[in-house]
Amino acid sequence: MAREVSKGRKAAVTLLAWGVALLIFFPILWTFLTSFKTEGEAINSHPSFLFFDWTLENYETVNQRSDYLAHFWNSVVISLGSTVLGLIIAVPAAWSMAFVPGKRTKDLLMWMLSTKMLPAVGVLVPLYLLARDTGLLDTKTGLVIVLTLVNLPIIVWMLYTYFKEIPGEILEAARMDGATLSSEILYVLTPMAVPGIASTLLLNVILAWNESFWTLNLTAANAAPLTAFIASYSSPEGLFYAKLSAASTMAIAPIMILGWFSQKQLVRGLTFGAVK
Amino acid sequence: MGEIVLSEVRKSFGGVSIIQGIDLVIPEGEFVVFVGPSGCGKSTLLRLIAGLEDTSSGTISIDGKDATKLPPAKRGLAMVFQSYALYPHMSVRKNIAFPLRMAGVSAEEQERKVQAAAKVLNLTPYLDRKPSQLSGGQRQRVAIGRAIVREPAAFLFDEPLSNLDAALRVSMRQEISELHHTLRTTMIYVTHDQVEAMTMADRIVVLNAGRIEQVGSPLELYRSPANLFVAGFIGSPKMNLIEGAEAQKHGAHTLGIRPEHIDLAEDGPWKGTVGLCEHLGSDTFLKVEVEGVGQINIRVGGDVPLRHGTRVSLAPQADKLHRFDTAGKALVPAV
Ligand SMILES: Nc1ncnc2c1ncn2[C@@H]1O[C@H](COP(=O)(O)OP(=O)(O)O)[C@@H](O)[C@H]1O
Ligand SMILES: [Mg+2]
Repeated sequence: MAREVSKGRKAAVTLLAWGVALLIFFPILWTFLTSFKTEGEAINSHPSFLFFDWTLENYETVNQRSDYLAHFWNSVVISLGSTVLGLIIAVPAAWSMAFVPGKRTKDLLMWMLSTKMLPAVGVLVPLYLLARDTGLLDTKTGLVIVLTLVNLPIIVWMLYTYFKEIPGEILEAARMDGATLSSEILYVLTPMAVPGIASTLLLNVILAWNESFWTLNLTAANAAPLTAFIASYSSPEGLFYAKLSAASTMAIAPIMILGWFSQKQLVRGLTFGAVK
Repeated sequence: MGEIVLSEVRKSFGGVSIIQGIDLVIPEGEFVVFVGPSGCGKSTLLRLIAGLEDTSSGTISIDGKDATKLPPAKRGLAMVFQSYALYPHMSVRKNIAFPLRMAGVSAEEQERKVQAAAKVLNLTPYLDRKPSQLSGGQRQRVAIGRAIVREPAAFLFDEPLSNLDAALRVSMRQEISELHHTLRTTMIYVTHDQVEAMTMADRIVVLNAGRIEQVGSPLELYRSPANLFVAGFIGSPKMNLIEGAEAQKHGAHTLGIRPEHIDLAEDGPWKGTVGLCEHLGSDTFLKVEVEGVGQINIRVGGDVPLRHGTRVSLAPQADKLHRFDTAGKALVPAV
């Protein structure tokens, strides 16, 4: 039996939800609006919400001053590269943890996750030196490797949860049917885990796209992705709010669009297991 | 092709001994049923034969070759799981063809074999459906189809019918029996249902707590159960087991008599009052409180004018009595 909810209560909850959503969305909206203002308008202490002189001059300046496409391409390579590499490592790892767990599997998972609890800056110096000595500083390869490692625990953990949901008997059936380990993973496990793998992939692309500690610290010019592109408009040249906003908008637009089109998949993937 | 020999097979999980030394020869072409109460280790034994679990000790050989250490794919056996374990993302056609695809069979040959299996199993109209669009019985048939296309040395079934409703169970039971008559391939069938065991098996292996209690044809087990466990497990309704003075009269610790081997008689040795009385039309099941013996279940013809409280006199058929000693072992001769 469906629980009775009074109309008034429903309206109140809806209002609250919208309120929270707007609150979360507001900074993005404000950045977007500011990007169309003149610098003077942007720092006005009585800012106008919509009724200002809309201008594209910030976008023109930003595009003249830096090469958006180069940064964009770096972001694409780094986020997709680290995600694909991460999945290649994580699928077999999560497979063995989910289907042939040992005594220490749970501890291993916890340990992997615990590396995420350490502040990244704690390993900045050693990683920086390693990257420098191996010639990987300011290269896309270097960043792909670092971001793969940084996000691997989360990828493994997510895949592990999805794989746990797959009945072991189906994999045993595949083994009885003569499938080798690789056929079992390729033809049976992976297709069944596609929704889970897809949302892991999406989430990881988003995390890697927005990652701004390693991408800022390990790049200079060549491999700098969009995070560095935004950062270049913050302090050094003084505060140019409008240009900073234009750069930010251009940097987050691709990932916002991706997120928008895949939100169903993302939500489904993130609640997989919780609702079944 | 299809002889399976188990010798001294044992299996423990984390120190708990689940299979306690099984010796068994399953000749080629036989339909063997492993039967026993839930948790006695039937599935574990089947999975050991399949190679899905490793033995703790002992050897398993298939067609004369030691298979103890072989992975499942190399044993040439096919298994039908209780949950069907179909591949949910593949069509029925792809499901059935999967073992052939894994064996590297050509596409035309795959299609030919899938069509042949589908015909035998009445699945032809459903080949392009996904498993989720099929009924329980159809899914079961797909699972069987997937097993038969690879022409295995033996089929392993783990309680394949327990997710089906009663009517479907009876018809699938008959289909599997017919399949065995057609293919003449060794089949090992696990069930906790003694009716399935009795109706399908060439030979029944009764398991209890990881040990074999008795091996024999359905009628051998029915006629001469080796011990109290088998006596109580095989046969429906259950054998009456009587202890005390009446058993001692026959020189036994426990006396057994099946409900169908007790007749209503004008002047039988046992006198009592009818308690529960179930008229099924074809049969009548009675619970009779017999003086000096205790409650006895009997099964008599369909049309008997008996009701709760009727006084009756019963005569057990003397040559159908089973005697058991204090350890529960059958005493021979039976009477
Ligand atoms: N992988 C396992 N780990 C630990 N115990 C198990 C495992 N598989 C089965 N068992 C135990 O072995 C016993 C027999 O199980 P099973 O063979 O499934 O019984 P059955 O099929 O006769 O009902 C049960 O007590 C079960 O808990
Ligand atoms: Mg079982």
